[in-house]
Amino acid sequence: MDRRLHAFLLNAAVVAGACWAPTAAHAEDAVVAPAETPQVVEPRVARRDVKVPSIDTENFEAGLFVGTLSIEDFGSSFLYGGRIAYHFTEDVFAEATIGSARAGKTSYEDLSGSAKLLTDSDRQYTYYDLAVGWNALPGEVFFGGRRAMPSAVYLTLGVGSTNFAGDDHFTVTPGAGFRLLVTDWLAAHLDARDQLFDSDLLGKDKLTQNLQFSFSLTAFF
Amino acid sequence: MHLFPIILTLLLASLVPFGAGAADAETVEVQDPYIDLHSGPGRGFPVTQVVERGASVVLLRQRTDWVKVRTDRDREGWVNRKQLERTLTPDGAEVRLPGPAPDARVAHRWEVGVGAGDFDGADTVAVTGSYALTESLFVRADVAQLLGDYSNGWLGTAGIGHIFMPQWRVSPFVSIGGGVVYVEPNVTLVQASDRTNSTAYAGAGVRGFLNNRFLLQAEYRQFVIFMDTNDNEVINEWTVGFTHFF
Repeated sequence: MDRRLHAFLLNAAVVAGACWAPTAAHAEDAVVAPAETPQVVEPRVARRDVKVPSIDTENFEAGLFVGTLSIEDFGSSFLYGGRIAYHFTEDVFAEATIGSARAGKTSYEDLSGSAKLLTDSDRQYTYYDLAVGWNALPGEVFFGGRRAMPSAVYLTLGVGSTNFAGDDHFTVTPGAGFRLLVTDWLAAHLDARDQLFDSDLLGKDKLTQNLQFSFSLTAFF
Repeated sequence: MHLFPIILTLLLASLVPFGAGAADAETVEVQDPYIDLHSGPGRGFPVTQVVERGASVVLLRQRTDWVKVRTDRDREGWVNRKQLERTLTPDGAEVRLPGPAPDARVAHRWEVGVGAGDFDGADTVAVTGSYALTESLFVRADVAQLLGDYSNGWLGTAGIGHIFMPQWRVSPFVSIGGGVVYVEPNVTLVQASDRTNSTAYAGAGVRGFLNNRFLLQAEYRQFVIFMDTNDNEVINEWTVGFTHFF
């Protein structure tokens, strides 16, 4: 260790001396021609230019979905909505979803003929959901012998709010889905989700399960 | 409710300019002994090509930690960001690709998170954002929807906070602030009117880093609701959330 330190100091002295000598010799010249001031110390460290390339970063994904929503006690309805996701890593993403459906009639309403539990505007079922997703099973799907498309089976868990029957309900939504990248930027999804919330619509508090199946097309940007 | 078609239209409109592709592609020279080209943007996709040192590739697009490149033999594949960190541009500059820096835990500025919790018996869905003024001092803004049995509402707050040990994996933090709470009693109840009140809070919580991008936090805040009458209301809130920082 000592020997290295000595060698270093010696080198430093030699380099310093070598640098000093020409400077001193040229000192008078420098006064005459200041434009040609010689480099005193030749830097050993190469300057590091760093450049951020201007390429597309495509971590956002947005699109629309259609499907069917089974509203507990109110039958199944057509469902449509939009979704926007942000992919943090290849494994984890966050997703915001909004959706809307129109509730049908309960069996009671159908059988009794005239009794109506809800007004028309209260039958509108609208929700939003903020979820975190995990690409649990990434993989590839093969079409014929020449085409392979990246795909993933993912799990999501979200919280949000559902507006139905004149009230907002705190909603927890576990789900699973399948994403297929048709091209680099276009994806098709199949999703199954269960929207869980407490409802006291029929007089007593109960946990309702509202199953949703949907198909969506999304674009990465 | 009326917002719904508008949001949907905006989403639809945002779809239009997609698929334009990478018009402004960049060429870089490989400096690692070799780089692996995977068939998809993930570590599990098989390596289909290898490009050696000195060869040049064109950067096409980036998705999370993966960059799609085209080789000079016109083959395409996805390369991990880390393998491209040591490539050079044609004029010798180093290439830096967007992504978290190694010191992101203490050096980051922005945090965005979602959470759920309990506000005096009502369930809450919260969106939070914060900006770091220094390593340990931050300003924050939160919006929460309150969903209770007897009333619903919204809570919007802004505040300032302090992280005690920003360099620790798990650290306590405190914050204070103020805001507005709007409460709307359920229609099924006896006649009661909507009300908007200002509020102030003091809170404490714990946050823990999961990796260089995420943290989990749990927080308790005590609110004082300033009522029109003379008796102010004190309300407790508990929240757990998932936060992304960058």
